[in-house]
Amino acid sequence: MRRIISVLMENEPGALSRVVGLFSQRGYNIETLNVAPTEDPTMSRLTLTTVGDDHKIEQITKHLNRLVDVVKLVDLSEGAHIERELMLVKVRATGAQRAEIKRCTDIFRGQIVDVGPSVYTIQVTGAADKLDSFLEAVGEAAIMEVVRSGVSGIARGEKVLSL
Amino acid sequence: MELLSGGEMIARALEDEGVEFIFGYPGGAVLHIYDALFKSCKVPHILVRHEQAATHAADGYARATGKPGVVLVTSGPGATNAITGIATAYMDSIPMVVLSGQVMSHLIGEDAFQETDMLGISRPIVKHSFQVTKTEEIPEMIKKAFYIASSGRPGPVVVDLPKDLTNPHDKYEYNYPKKVKLRSYTPASRGHSGQIKKAASLLLAAKRPVIYAGGGVVQGNASPQLRELAQELNFPVTNTLMGLGAYPGSDRQFLGMLGMHGFYEANNAMHHSDVILAVGARFDDRVTNTTSKFCPGAKIIHIDIDPAAISKTVNADVPIVGPVDSVLTELIALVRELRAEEPTLPDQDALGHWWKQIDEWRDHHGLWTAPRYDTTTPYIKPQQVIETLCKVTGGKAFVTSDVGQHQMFAAQYYKFDEPRRWINSGGLGTMGFGLPAAMGVKLAFPDADVACVTGEGSIQMNIQELSTCAQYKIPVKILNLYNGYLGMVKQWQDMQYDGRYSESVYEDSLPDFIKLAEAYQHSGVKVTQLSDLEEAMKEVFARKNELVFMDIHVDPHEHVYPMHVAPNGSMRDMWLNKTERT
Repeated sequence: MRRIISVLMENEPGALSRVVGLFSQRGYNIETLNVAPTEDPTMSRLTLTTVGDDHKIEQITKHLNRLVDVVKLVDLSEGAHIERELMLVKVRATGAQRAEIKRCTDIFRGQIVDVGPSVYTIQVTGAADKLDSFLEAVGEAAIMEVVRSGVSGIARGEKVLSL
Repeated sequence: MELLSGGEMIARALEDEGVEFIFGYPGGAVLHIYDALFKSCKVPHILVRHEQAATHAADGYARATGKPGVVLVTSGPGATNAITGIATAYMDSIPMVVLSGQVMSHLIGEDAFQETDMLGISRPIVKHSFQVTKTEEIPEMIKKAFYIASSGRPGPVVVDLPKDLTNPHDKYEYNYPKKVKLRSYTPASRGHSGQIKKAASLLLAAKRPVIYAGGGVVQGNASPQLRELAQELNFPVTNTLMGLGAYPGSDRQFLGMLGMHGFYEANNAMHHSDVILAVGARFDDRVTNTTSKFCPGAKIIHIDIDPAAISKTVNADVPIVGPVDSVLTELIALVRELRAEEPTLPDQDALGHWWKQIDEWRDHHGLWTAPRYDTTTPYIKPQQVIETLCKVTGGKAFVTSDVGQHQMFAAQYYKFDEPRRWINSGGLGTMGFGLPAAMGVKLAFPDADVACVTGEGSIQMNIQELSTCAQYKIPVKILNLYNGYLGMVKQWQDMQYDGRYSESVYEDSLPDFIKLAEAYQHSGVKVTQLSDLEEAMKEVFARKNELVFMDIHVDPHEHVYPMHVAPNGSMRDMWLNKTERT
């Protein structure tokens, strides 16, 4: 089962490599990863998605917690949460396709953020599966380049991940 | 206000930390530090002959004393040579602080002379690591390193020190912090009382209980509590390879070691138990055999300081995260309270039957109730060497070992009555550990008997330390169980590869170990007859101030038994000798 694990950790050199190293060392899989400092510049928030059964996820969270740099973490998929990912897609847009791609972008509430005589660069945000659907809708033939930020997320309601 | 250079700060911080020995080896990147040590440091430095030995010596010191061992090595090859010893300490959760030199800050990343990414290379085998980026932060980082290494589940911590930051000309204010706090690191300070209650009720309801105690009891200084609980309940106790001595070997309730080469009675008691109390043990694959067949009828209570150790390989029914000493203390109090209300618990009839069964297992195949090895061969048996060692030293020596058959024989036949006396590389299984570890132990306890049980394979992996022993007059006793083979490799080749001894035979290539010891200013004794063994050993141990190398020629074809049947065996599936299995 796919999980979103969000980690609050010291913004120290080496912290990220310890997290990533843990995954390769123990044979866990990282599907997406993103990391940036929080409002407190001494701390970073790292969010990753991974796949595993309950036993594996429990091991992952325990081993992450064991890292000295890790302050706290939460498995967001355990409760109600908001998941977002940002994607930039460069597509070939010529002739009749230009209008079609524009329509498709509107349907997915994306934005065309750069325009050239034969290309559009489109920004789409949302849950990862929405981004997948957009790519499918546009079609492989038109896609020139895709860049995705990796999933980030936050719990719904009062719950927070902070010191 | 006192101004110190980075190098001086390190020397002073080690004094302020109360360090007793530094095990190290100088080199370009740490010359400023070594100069500061030379000028002012009160902590004695032991110059080893190879950095791996520095880490093992510090490790041996740490295992015997419970205090963190300290290592100082240079960058590049100094650091990489230390890696095996760091990994050894990591696998067995031994507190250690490794100070490694690094090239100057501005050269990092440029493939400078003797540069290696020590933080990167050591990352998977350390509890934590730091690279110093400013001289001013050295005292706090060293304090943090000692705190992290020795608290919670202990482990090695690396502090990487770029050379320019230890420059004698750049001086800064020095304050050694008394305490440090890390917001991201808070080891459990006590167990969950609800869980401890559950554990107490489960123990009192047990009909076929067993206590399975590991290295965590030794590292967590919880032997007194373990003894108290086991004796309060009259429950049988088995220790892991790392836990030997946690429960006294000569006590009636002790079943011997469990696991791959565990005692018949210990492995059977585990397999047939209905309640297992696991304390500071980690259900290692060398203990459990096939996990899906592990102790099918048992409810498992698991106490450990590290939450990640719980339910990692075997699911725990009652997990308790906390320091083993405080959890056991609470558990004892609760058990007593419950027994005051219901004195008939646990069921004494059932426990009586259980003990009867255990005693039968013991009588049939126990290693300590009768010799289970063949005494009709002309050879000295390796088991007899350890029995003699135990007798000659009154069971009170510190015994270090290397890795292989001799290690298992030592674990099986030396009855350790106290914790921290059995010093071996259990998790990583590092050949070459024994001699340097013995040096660390002997330095910490100069009046105690320290024996290094080894074999020709292992001893040659760090034989150069005989020179260190000569320089610092470290009179350990080395017992080389000479059989002319890599014994454990040979045993597996006998059992699983139809006796094809692929690269496990030395032929006539081994050195004359007696002459070798003499070349290093020590002496040696060769023993080939059983009738000479005890007298020779007594004489060797009477020579208190000398390192003596005992080269004892043993049966080259002996195997270690019992041995778990694998793959797909359970705890109770064992080979008992070359022809008989359960």
